Amino acid sequence: MFRRKEKNEILHDHNNDGIDRRGFLKCMAWAGTGAFCVMKGGVLSSYSLSRIAEVSAADMMGELSFAQISDSHMGFNKPANPDVAGTLKAAVEKINGLSEPPEFLLHTGDISHLSKPEEFDIVEQILKDARPKEVFYVPGEHDVLNDDGKSFLERFGRGSKGGGWYSFDKKGVHFIGLVNVMNLKAGGLGTLGHEQLEWMEDDVKHLKHSTPIVVFAHIPLWSVYPEWGWGTEDSAQALAYLKKFGSVTVLNGHIHQTMQKVEGNVTFHTAASTAFPQPQPGKADSPGPMKVPAEQLKSVLGITDVNYVQGKHALAVVDSSLA
Amino acid sequence: MRRSVFTGGLLAALGMVAGMAGGSGSCTASAQQKPATADVKIDNFSFGPAELTVPVGTIVTWTNRDDIPHTVVSTDDPKVFKSKVLDTDEKFSFAFSKAGTYSYFCSIHPKMTGKVVVQ
Repeated sequence: MFRRKEKNEILHDHNNDGIDRRGFLKCMAWAGTGAFCVMKGGVLSSYSLSRIAEVSAADMMGELSFAQISDSHMGFNKPANPDVAGTLKAAVEKINGLSEPPEFLLHTGDISHLSKPEEFDIVEQILKDARPKEVFYVPGEHDVLNDDGKSFLERFGRGSKGGGWYSFDKKGVHFIGLVNVMNLKAGGLGTLGHEQLEWMEDDVKHLKHSTPIVVFAHIPLWSVYPEWGWGTEDSAQALAYLKKFGSVTVLNGHIHQTMQKVEGNVTFHTAASTAFPQPQPGKADSPGPMKVPAEQLKSVLGITDVNYVQGKHALAVVDSSLA
Repeated sequence: MRRSVFTGGLLAALGMVAGMAGGSGSCTASAQQKPATADVKIDNFSFGPAELTVPVGTIVTWTNRDDIPHTVVSTDDPKVFKSKVLDTDEKFSFAFSKAGTYSYFCSIHPKMTGKVVVQ
């Protein structure tokens, strides 16, 4: 059911709105590998980590490299993956084995499966073994189940604003962590909300146009598949604030498969889960954990590595599977 | 505060069911008739049936059959009912004591919506 294809590197432009069906399917062929990202001044190149050996060292080197992990779903114990701690550890080993050690980690949400303190504890404990010591988190809907995200914010939201959003700078790259999993409305998609959008507009107002921007949030900020809730209601407004910038990279999770789309100055990328895969959009009755033969599981889980090189207009994103 | 009132009503209704099941001999037929019940299954990220029509007094029970947690949350303001997070096979019940149309959704996956019509 879930086939891996050999063609792993995808970089295609869509200037039209919505999803180009052919490009979309091509993206999907990529599902199940992790990514290495290299920031090179404004256009994002990405390489599958399963073919990382073919990527030249020069392409992987940069002023800044970091890794993205997502959807660790600690606490999930169903047949699709009865050992999500084991696969998260495998992700950490993968990160520790990268030739360009990432300087920090981004976790794009669904850290836990049921927002339980012990689930958050286990993830924090496992990530302590990663060589990068700094981890930046944004919540997924599974992390804010019981108390409108209060316990998530107490643990991971130090220095954040409002519902947990924040920004920071690393070597000239401006990172914006957004929250689109709170106050969801019946029938709707992910939501950023007015307060957060206003904050974001203000946050980027004084930045130079040449500043590379990396936005990360749990639910995709582009319409991957609204029928399954894979999109964000008011993401267009957020992206409008970023029009003036030459290089914008948007990193998301939620859909448990890698996909990439380039639209003008913006490159969108979703990361694989470290816990379990989900079906390709529309290829099943619903989203949800997808069972694959045990020996194939690690090939459909993964991490994403990102590398930025100043002066080149690209952020290289490389996905790699845990296989 | 409002929620606790509803929860209280629900517990009272469920308590009555439990009392009947326990074979309490003091029940009088007219006041202690077993309330009607109805079920909604949560499967493949959807409520089934998505629209349910029941008589006043019915206790509706939702059961999560997915591998992913869901919630059952009224869309009214204030909310008429709100389940805790239901993991696989967990249930939530609510006694509908007044006629009306009650829309609800899963607050984690808001594309999932449903309706209970109480007549």
